[in-house]
Parts: sequence; structure tokens; C-alpha cells
Amino acid sequence: MSTAVVDLGPLGLDGGAHVLVNLALADRSAGERVAVRGEHPALPVHLAAWCRQQGHGWRTGDPGDPSGVVGWVERGATTGARWRGAARAVGDDGSDGIAPAAVSEWGLAARGAAVEPGGPTPRFRLDRRDDLWTDRATALYAQAAAGQWDPATVIDWTVPIANPPEVEAAVVTVMTFLIENEEAALVVPARFLGQVHPHFREIQQVLAVTVADEARHVEVFTRRARCSGRPLALSTAGGRASLQTLLDEPDYATAAFLLSVMGEGTFVSLLSFLEQHAPDPLTRQIATRTRADEARHVAFAMAHLERHATLDPDLRPRLARAVEARHRALQHTSGLNEDVFDALVLLAAGAATPGAVRRGWDRVQELQRDMADGRRGRLARLGFSMAEAETIADLHTRNFM
Amino acid sequence: MRPFTLGAVAYDPKVVTIWEGFGNWFGEQGFDFDYVLYSGYEAQAEAHLTGHVDVTWDSPLAWVRTRRLAAAAGRTARSIAMRDTDQDLTSVVLVRADADIADVGALRGGTVAVGAVDSPQATLLPLAHLAGLGLDPDSDVTVLRHDVMVTKHGDHIGGERDAVVALVEGRADAACIIDGNQLLFAREGTVDADALRILTRTAPYDHCTMTVLDGTESGVVDRFIELLLGMSFDDPEVRPLLELEGLREWRPGRTSGYDQLEAAVDRLGFYGPDGRILAAGAPR
Ligand SMILES: [Fe+2]
Ligand SMILES: [Fe+2]
Repeated sequence: MSTAVVDLGPLGLDGGAHVLVNLALADRSAGERVAVRGEHPALPVHLAAWCRQQGHGWRTGDPGDPSGVVGWVERGATTGARWRGAARAVGDDGSDGIAPAAVSEWGLAARGAAVEPGGPTPRFRLDRRDDLWTDRATALYAQAAAGQWDPATVIDWTVPIANPPEVEAAVVTVMTFLIENEEAALVVPARFLGQVHPHFREIQQVLAVTVADEARHVEVFTRRARCSGRPLALSTAGGRASLQTLLDEPDYATAAFLLSVMGEGTFVSLLSFLEQHAPDPLTRQIATRTRADEARHVAFAMAHLERHATLDPDLRPRLARAVEARHRALQHTSGLNEDVFDALVLLAAGAATPGAVRRGWDRVQELQRDMADGRRGRLARLGFSMAEAETIADLHTRNFM
Repeated sequence: MRPFTLGAVAYDPKVVTIWEGFGNWFGEQGFDFDYVLYSGYEAQAEAHLTGHVDVTWDSPLAWVRTRRLAAAAGRTARSIAMRDTDQDLTSVVLVRADADIADVGALRGGTVAVGAVDSPQATLLPLAHLAGLGLDPDSDVTVLRHDVMVTKHGDHIGGERDAVVALVEGRADAACIIDGNQLLFAREGTVDADALRILTRTAPYDHCTMTVLDGTESGVVDRFIELLLGMSFDDPEVRPLLELEGLREWRPGRTSGYDQLEAAVDRLGFYGPDGRILAAGAPR
């Protein structure tokens, strides 16, 4: 190989010239040389110092050399040492594939990056593909990213609220209930998010955008509750106890099942109900926006659990037991949703009159059937038998979430 | 028997990381090793003479003092290993690129910014170099010292940075630093590209060394040298420690690179021939 030449022109090493020298050295082997040409007066001094620090050899040329060569850099043996033994953070197929088990040493490295050995070995509890993966994550994340909406602009907050006081109070009760449920839906994925190995970045991305969705939901329900200047309603001990069981669930699949398949799935029905029957256009607008997000959250959990259940025959019995356990844990609590139930009747009635209340009552009965049908349908898709689906759907907490 | 014990100066918290790391690695190689940290090189050199440690990781000035103290006691000091980056350094005297200073003589009556009083690279060597070119630091120029962490022999880079800042800000007409630090200060944005120019530079000299005194068990010393020279930058366990310590490979020690500093120490009256501290502003 002939000696390569790098021409630095007027550029000095105090102005970044080493970048060009490195480029010239990149295709040299250890011991091979690059001649350096340049006009900067400090080049011989700075190249000597730089080579010493980088482990390269340096030979100064003749000051009056007509070729303008100020000296030669000889590539050192330690250059590129970091690449030695640096394995790619990918699955065994060698492509940018998902590995069955993410390696602790990969840490925060990008999937597909070459990982220099010797770094930290962080522990990410969710590091096994089959415990969390779904191919649908990419598409769902893209949908979510495209579907992000700005509460300040997509919702018309100037629409006047003219609900009768009893009906407006019912709206505030429902909003108070929704907010604490949204908080659970925010905290649960946020906790798991930090446990997912970064190798599974699509899963992280969906969880992250889900948390952002829930943050918006908390915002819009809070703003709606405050529209009429009323104080927020009661947060019941039973309601919070029910949500606490979601926060306490340490298993990712079980938590996804309880929160998203059972809870958020039910919420989709509830938000459709508000979209149709809320007494004011502002509440209806908010319900439309939040329902679209919730449908995505449900789809993500369903996609993960459908795959997981086909790979792990123990998953379904485990999920069924989790619903039973949650039912037992909550059976001695009370006041879960009586207030909310009545508020939904009044809200759908739109007026505190016998005829209107009867109409609201019928609509809430329809909502409950819709919720139960949805639960059974999702359970069937996860491979539960009709009888199992029936039992589990019935055990589902009296709190909608 | 106590482990083979190294003395090092705690000029930065990373020194603990470095010697804990090297110590673990030595242990894995079956070599019984420990270290002691000193707040400064003068204390370390004196402790070395009393036998408190078996080897010291010395600044070049600490080498000079240890050698002189040993000689005064009828003993000999030996340089057993140094970093690749310790060999053939130079110090540069910088001026502003646009300054009307064509040669060293033009600095007469001006101000020369240097590092700490006991910095070989940023004070003693360049001032002796200027003196050799006819510029007496006591009478021909005002020396603007930047005494960051005195007793640590200029290991902390702050003194050199302060000297360069004084030059850039016009409080000095020249500044003295190690050649490579101009690149570092350019990279970190302390100086702009092409803002400074090299007026003159010293002859090459060597920097730090591992020093042992006669009477240290030679088999253990030989094993220590063998382990140091065997450390490979390719080893991912050792590489971070080598990088923290600023080297790619250990080399056998040599003393040929210290003549310039011995002469500077005499010329500027920093130590006596017996290793006594003479300089004003130096510790004790
Ligand atoms: Fe939500
Ligand atoms: Fe949600």
C-alpha cells in the first residue's frame, strides 16, 4: 500500500484537523503511515503531542520539504481497540433482529450497535422477548405518534356549559372518578417502562406514548371538571383500593391484562357512552379524543397477550387466578361505584325529571351490557372458553376499571 | 509481610478509582498489592525514604527530589516504569496569534503566565528554557503564577488553564503549558482555533515515573514491572483504568528524560542538591 497523504491546508489541530487525520488513518493497518501536508505553523508540535496521546507513531519531516509534508503519522496498535470483541446487540440471526433474551451488557446501547465490552451491566427485569413482545408495537407506536393531539387546540373550551345544576354535578362526579382511573392508567405503564430492556425499544415507545396519552387524559378531565367552578367530587376508599390492586401487581402480563384488557377495554365502552349521551358538546368532544387513545391501549395489550398466551400455556390460568384474587381482595370493600352509577344515569338523562331519569337509566343498562359483551369478546380472543370468559367477566370488579 | 505498597498523590478523586481498579487487577493476577494516597509529592517522597511505601508514582519533580534525597542518604533511586504518554513531552510558550512578539526578546518587560510554583511542565521547565534564551524570570519579566493545588506538582490542570485564560484575556503576554494541553483547551472551548501561537518550546523531557529505592526486594519489583508492562489496552477490564490514568501502554522506566528538569531545579533554586526545599512559595 502506498503512503496515503492527508492535506490539512491551513487547518490546525486546535481547529479540528485531527478529524481529517483520523479519516486518513481509518483504512491503514497498525504500523502503516499517513503523510501529513499542511500550512499551520504549529502542526509538527501539535501532531507530535496528539500522536503521543493517541498511541500513534510520529516522525517529523524536513522543514523545507518541497512536497509540503510536515511529517508522518504511523497508526498505533491500540487504535480501534474498543472495537475488538465488541459484539452486536442483536439476535442470533445477526440481522437487526429481536433477541429472545436481551443481554444485560447491552444496556442502553441501540439495537444493532457494536457494544464495547467492559461497561455497566444494568438489570432490566423485563428482558425476555416472549414475556412482552408483539410485532404490532411498531404500527401501534406509529399510530399513537401520528394521533397525538393538543388539548389546547383540538378541544373547544369556549363552548358554554348550560347543564342544569344536578346534571353538571353528575358530570363533575364522573370526571372525578375518571381522573383517578387515568392516574392508575398512567402510573402502571410508567412503572413497567423503566423495567423494559431497551433492546425492546418498540415496547418502550408504546408504553412511553401511552403514559403521555394518560397525562393528557388527566388534564382534559380535570379541566372539564373545573369548567363550572364546582369543587371536585368524592374519591371513595373502595375506588382507590380497587385501583391500588392494579398498582400492586408486579407481573407485567397480569398487569396488562387487568389494566388494559379488563379496565381500559371497559373504559372504551364508558367513553363511547359519554360521546353519545353527555349533556354538553365539550364533554362529548373530550370523550371522542380519549376513546381513540384508549382503543389503542387495549389493542396493544391484546396483541401482546394473544402472542404470549400461545407461547405460554400457563398464562391463561394465571390471568384467571389474578382476576379471582382481585375479586377476593375487593369483595369486602363497598362504595365502589354507586355514586358514579347514579351520576351516569343523571348525566345521560340530561335533566332531573322522571321521564329523563328513566331514559338515562335505560342507557346505563345498555352500557353495562355493552361492557360485559366487550369483556367476554376480548377474553374469547385470548383463547378463554365461553364458560371461562363468562366467569371471569362476572368477577371483574364492580369498579369499571 | 505487608503487600507491595504503592504511594500515589490524590490530585483528583479519580485516583482512588484508578488504584482500586489496578489493585483488584493485581490481586486477580495473584500479586499482593496495596496503595497509600498522599496529599502531595513532598510528603510522599519523604515517606518513601522512610520505607513507608515500596514504590511511588512520581511526578518528574518528585523523581528529582527522591533521587536527591536518596543520594544524600547514600542510596539510589530507580525509574522502573512510565506511561507511553510520559515520554518526550515538550512545554510550549504561547502568545496571542496577533501579538507583536516575534521572538523571546520581545517578552522583556512583559508578563509571563505560568502554572503552580511546583509545576515542572508549566513553570520550572519553561522558565528555565526562557532563562536559557536570555530572559531572566527574576528580573526581565513579571511571572504571573497560578498556584492551583501546590504540593501536587501541577498534576491538576487548572493552573495551566488559568495561565492560558490570563493570556487570552490580555492579563499576560505569554503562557506556559504542556504541548498537548493547547489541543485540550481548544477542544473544550477555552481558546479559539488559531487564537494562540507557539513562540518557543522546550526540548523533549519525560514526565511521571514509577520509582523504587535500593533495598526493595528485587523479585517483587520485577514481578510488578512485568505485570505493568503486560497490561493490554485490548483488555476491556484494564482499558478503562489505562484511559483514566492517560496511557495506552506502560513502558520500561528511564532517567534520560530528567536532565532538563534537574538543571531547571538548580537554575531556579527549587531544591538543594540534597533534596531540601529551597524555593519561596513552595511548601514548608
Ligand atoms: Fe386514559
Ligand atoms: Fe389508557
